[in-house]
Amino acid sequence: MEKMSRVSTALGGGALTGRTMHCHLDAPANAISVCRDAAQVVVAGRSIFKIYAIEDEQFVEKLNLRVGRKPSLNLSCADVVWHQMDENLLATAATNGVVVTWNLGRPSRNKQDQLFTEHKRTVNKVCFHPTEAHVLLSGSQDGFMKCFDLRRKDSVSTFSGQSESVRDVQFSIRDYFTFASTFENGNVQLWDIRRPDRCERMFTAHNGPVFCCDWHPEDRGWLATGGRDKMVKVWDMTTHRAKEVHCVQTIASVARVKWRPECRHHLATCSMMVDHNIYVWDVRRPFVPAAMFEEHRDVTTGIAWRHPHDPSFLLSGSKDSTLCQHLFRDASQPVERANPEGLCYGLFGDLAFAAKESLVATESGRKPYAGDRRHPIFFKRKLDPSEPFVGLASSALSVFEIEPGSGSMSWFVDTAERYALAGRPLAELCDHNAKVARELGRNQVAQTWTMLRIIYCSPGLASATNLNHSVGKGSSCGLPLMNSFNLKDMAPGLGSETRLDRSKGDTRSDTVLLDSSATLLTNEDNEETEGSDVPADYLLGDVEGEEDELYLLEPEHAHAEEPEYVLPQEAFPLRHEIVDTPPGPEHLQDKADSPHVSGSEADAASMVPVDSSFSLISVSHALYDSRLPPDFFSALVCDMLRFYAEQGDVQMAVSVLIVLGERVRKDIDEQTQEHWYTSYIDLLQRFCLWNVSNQVVKLSTSRAISCLNQASTTLHVNCSHCKRPMSSRGWVCDRCHRCASMCAVCHHVVKGLFVWCQGCSHGGHLQHIMKWLEGSSHCPAGCGHLCEYS
Amino acid sequence: MHRGGGSPSAAANYLLCTNCRKVLRKDKRIRVSQPLTRGPSAFIPEKEVVQANTVDERTNFLVEEYSTSGRLDNITQVMSLHTQYLESFLRSQFYMLRMDGPLPLPHRHYIAIMAAARHQCSYLINMHVDEFLKTGGIAEWLNGLEYVPQRLKNLNEINKLLAHRPWLITKEHIQKLVKTGENNWSLPELVHAVVLLAHYHALASFVFGSGINPERDPEISNGFRLISVNNFCVCDLANDNNIENASLTGSNFGIVDSLSELEALMDRMKRLQGEREDEEASQEEMTTRFEKEKKESLFVVSGDTFHSFPHSDFEDDMIITSDVSRYIEDPGFGYEDFARRGEEHLPTFRAQDYTWENHGFSLVNRLYSDIGHLLDEKFRMVYNLTYNTMAAHEDVDTTTLRRALFNYVHCMFGIRYDDYDYGEVNQLLERSLKVYIKTVTCYPERTTKRMYDSYWRQFKHSEKVHVNLLLMEARMQAELLYALRAITRHLT
Repeated sequence: MEKMSRVSTALGGGALTGRTMHCHLDAPANAISVCRDAAQVVVAGRSIFKIYAIEDEQFVEKLNLRVGRKPSLNLSCADVVWHQMDENLLATAATNGVVVTWNLGRPSRNKQDQLFTEHKRTVNKVCFHPTEAHVLLSGSQDGFMKCFDLRRKDSVSTFSGQSESVRDVQFSIRDYFTFASTFENGNVQLWDIRRPDRCERMFTAHNGPVFCCDWHPEDRGWLATGGRDKMVKVWDMTTHRAKEVHCVQTIASVARVKWRPECRHHLATCSMMVDHNIYVWDVRRPFVPAAMFEEHRDVTTGIAWRHPHDPSFLLSGSKDSTLCQHLFRDASQPVERANPEGLCYGLFGDLAFAAKESLVATESGRKPYAGDRRHPIFFKRKLDPSEPFVGLASSALSVFEIEPGSGSMSWFVDTAERYALAGRPLAELCDHNAKVARELGRNQVAQTWTMLRIIYCSPGLASATNLNHSVGKGSSCGLPLMNSFNLKDMAPGLGSETRLDRSKGDTRSDTVLLDSSATLLTNEDNEETEGSDVPADYLLGDVEGEEDELYLLEPEHAHAEEPEYVLPQEAFPLRHEIVDTPPGPEHLQDKADSPHVSGSEADAASMVPVDSSFSLISVSHALYDSRLPPDFFSALVCDMLRFYAEQGDVQMAVSVLIVLGERVRKDIDEQTQEHWYTSYIDLLQRFCLWNVSNQVVKLSTSRAISCLNQASTTLHVNCSHCKRPMSSRGWVCDRCHRCASMCAVCHHVVKGLFVWCQGCSHGGHLQHIMKWLEGSSHCPAGCGHLCEYS
Repeated sequence: MHRGGGSPSAAANYLLCTNCRKVLRKDKRIRVSQPLTRGPSAFIPEKEVVQANTVDERTNFLVEEYSTSGRLDNITQVMSLHTQYLESFLRSQFYMLRMDGPLPLPHRHYIAIMAAARHQCSYLINMHVDEFLKTGGIAEWLNGLEYVPQRLKNLNEINKLLAHRPWLITKEHIQKLVKTGENNWSLPELVHAVVLLAHYHALASFVFGSGINPERDPEISNGFRLISVNNFCVCDLANDNNIENASLTGSNFGIVDSLSELEALMDRMKRLQGEREDEEASQEEMTTRFEKEKKESLFVVSGDTFHSFPHSDFEDDMIITSDVSRYIEDPGFGYEDFARRGEEHLPTFRAQDYTWENHGFSLVNRLYSDIGHLLDEKFRMVYNLTYNTMAAHEDVDTTTLRRALFNYVHCMFGIRYDDYDYGEVNQLLERSLKVYIKTVTCYPERTTKRMYDSYWRQFKHSEKVHVNLLLMEARMQAELLYALRAITRHLT
């Protein structure tokens, strides 16, 4: 009687009370089930079968159903279920294939009621009909499901899944006749209890066994399934074909799934292996669990919500021999620990950036950074106010697109193709490369080449003309040399200013110094301006504006020039636009210090100012006509190379390294060189510049690099007759004993170099083919193909 | 009287059993005939295998796709009697030897060698010695375990246990291997190694069980190959080397006998499948049946009692084994009946508490991705493989028979299925078959042709190969289950 009153209160006001607690069981649990009064729970396992009363402060053992002298296998439970209509009725599934029902109302100590021994293999699951008092369903490893009427001695009907083992069976809560069953081969079947001959519907839900399923308590059509493939899927069964409406990816195979009462989108899962926690997911937010219970020390084997209308109490049993009651409010919320910031590059150089909204909001006072040239796009999902997500952790996402064309790396490709790296005197190489760079609008680089030439090849002779050429208002050579070094160190890509600047200062040597210090100053200024975070600023407006879909913010400020371009001209007040340098795509990347970057980053990096920590001491004297040995500069040149590499223009670093060869190589440590080489080769290969990359490999002096050419040089051939690989020799097939490669000209076997036409695949000795094609343009085999030899 | 040592003398590549040797000693003039069977297997007439092969283009395709050696070796030829299975076998083997995995390629082959050496399976050792060198292994390692890095050597203990008494593996063994230190194993590496070990232990069972002949054209010896030795004495081969012969020389009574045997077996199977409820054994009865089967397997001493000779009786033998034993330590450690270990009574492994499908798969796939799927497919394949034939009969449901074979192997490793009535084993598996099963799974190196021939005389060779496949996979699964359970325990 007392019990009854409790039930009514529980049902009435949701007055369940309790706390997070656990009690120790004597043995690992396999399954648990709650009585409908929400005050008792039954725990079953291989060697445990007990009923506990759930009290406010603790679990109290009420009844041990495992009686008898010799525990029989019938008591080794794989599953247990408590009838939701009759609180005296329980059923268990035994590992030996027996289904047992228990009547707590029996006066004797042994409460065992009926024994069904119809299944041949382990019974994985038993399930009572939600409203019918006498109907029990079981699913077994032998592939059969059986429906029992408890008033009869044996099963009423048998359903054959026509496939492997049944892992779970569940009566539909709303649909009187329907039940779902899940199988080891990944299928889910829907049955009508009246039609045992064939299933109503079948579909493949998972890859690998489907361990569990659960009907939504409110929504008629929804079925959640969990599988070994670590997924929980929610299916809408009302449509003609079962439709997957939600999918949650967990980190381990899903052993149980249970919808959370009163929360339409929540479900609890526990896993079969490795992971011991219980998660409550919001299916609409499938990546981060809404709540997590971490009490268990071994895998959780059974979970049950304590009351069908109370979402805050969850009970669980585990292999670690404990029974737990979890309170939802005590759950840990992974969302709180989630990192709401993220940064990612797209395939084409787009950049997505997500930041915590609160973070963004605090900076809302700052004005947008004016220097950005990109078109930022912002998305923001409209939040459903009814959802518990609000205020948890949501990030604002912004996406920066690359301006069309700005990401183009044509300069890189052109440069790579046209640079001359060897085979001519140094002076010519430098001139050539300088010319290439200039033609591509890379004046800075052109300057550098010119400087190198001056340093290393007979300074003072040809230099004047060269400089005139490049500088426009050329003058003596020593001074500009210095100057451009400084400036280059500061801000690459400033070709025009540099030139102008220098042309002004070229007459007085002290201008140089003055000038450079000025540069330093401005650079510092730049850095300050730079400090404000670009994307964050942009975000502000949008966080407030509740737009649903992503919308594009027109780049109003996009045309303002970057401050870093406004470099050191006190003497030159006018700022002019630089047209010849492609704008770099990303600001966020400007701290990139590795030369191992993709092309567009390299580009971007070369635009931005460097820290002004460069030492200018070494060049403080005038160098007019002094014949300083090239060694004098080597430190500087090395710094220069490092600078380029740091800026991402590893192309320049490597090219100079190759061209100068021994002259600088010893000053840069082997590892750095190797690093540059690999980065450059990687870049070249990404642009499919195989020839150039091969040339670079060949010309490299680093052993680790030059051996790249010697790796995987094996060519596997298949026999042209039987199409099988020729293992031992390249010219005769072991299988069909025929010579595979005959020369089309002399009809002898080719044992050495075999050249063949890629069009008609005829070929032969290299010499023969060459000779033949000098005289004729047709294939020597007479196939009529117009072969080409190049 | 079969396992014999001896100089690989007159009978090229075949051992002489002690019996023959005695005779030989007495009478020096006795002529030893060359083995009559050629082809991939010493047990199966060549034409049986070849016939199947020519029909099958699929096999060739599979070999090209997945074979590591690039040719049709004898194992593959024999397995190609069951092409469906062959595919999943080759795929999983290829994956564990060649595809992405935590261990470097030469290590994988070395582990295979270590595993095969536990059963003195020179066939597999030679195969992997070649592969080991081909994949860039250090030749010095092939001089023996003392030459390999300590890390690999540490695997020795688990190799030994896994091969002979997998139930002894505990989480302490795992902890010892993975605990941080200079030579520690990462869990993925360990799982990879365990999969390899189990695979090659089981494959050794298949090699001996099917009497796989050494490859006919061994490549030029690299100095590390062992002398290929088959453990079948020439007398086995000469006496009754093919089935026709056997039935002719064996008395007519034998035929009748085996015919009726077959009928009786089918009868029993039908009965077991049909009505099971009539005599429902009590739970105690079921438990005792398992215990009985377990105990009985004790007395199913492999082959003859001669095998229990202490090692000293095989002094000649030691010469050969010493060749192999450089890859192992503690060569005397062998299978010990699960039921016999009275002192330290380990609990029976309850299959339902740690199944391959639920637990093993999840763990293996987590630590060594995708191998789980391949193994899963292979186990499923072998368990479900059937042509619905038995000997000459068609449309037979062989489920009970296959299950009995599978579960009997697990029973010998102490794994018990709650939902299986071990009485069935007794009814379905005749004694000679039990002897064969026990020998092949527990002491494969002692298998003889006589054992192979003595059971199921009416059955086709392909069916016996099917049995071997079942035994091999059951053994592999048993080893994996024990090892993975230990790893799981280590993790929790």
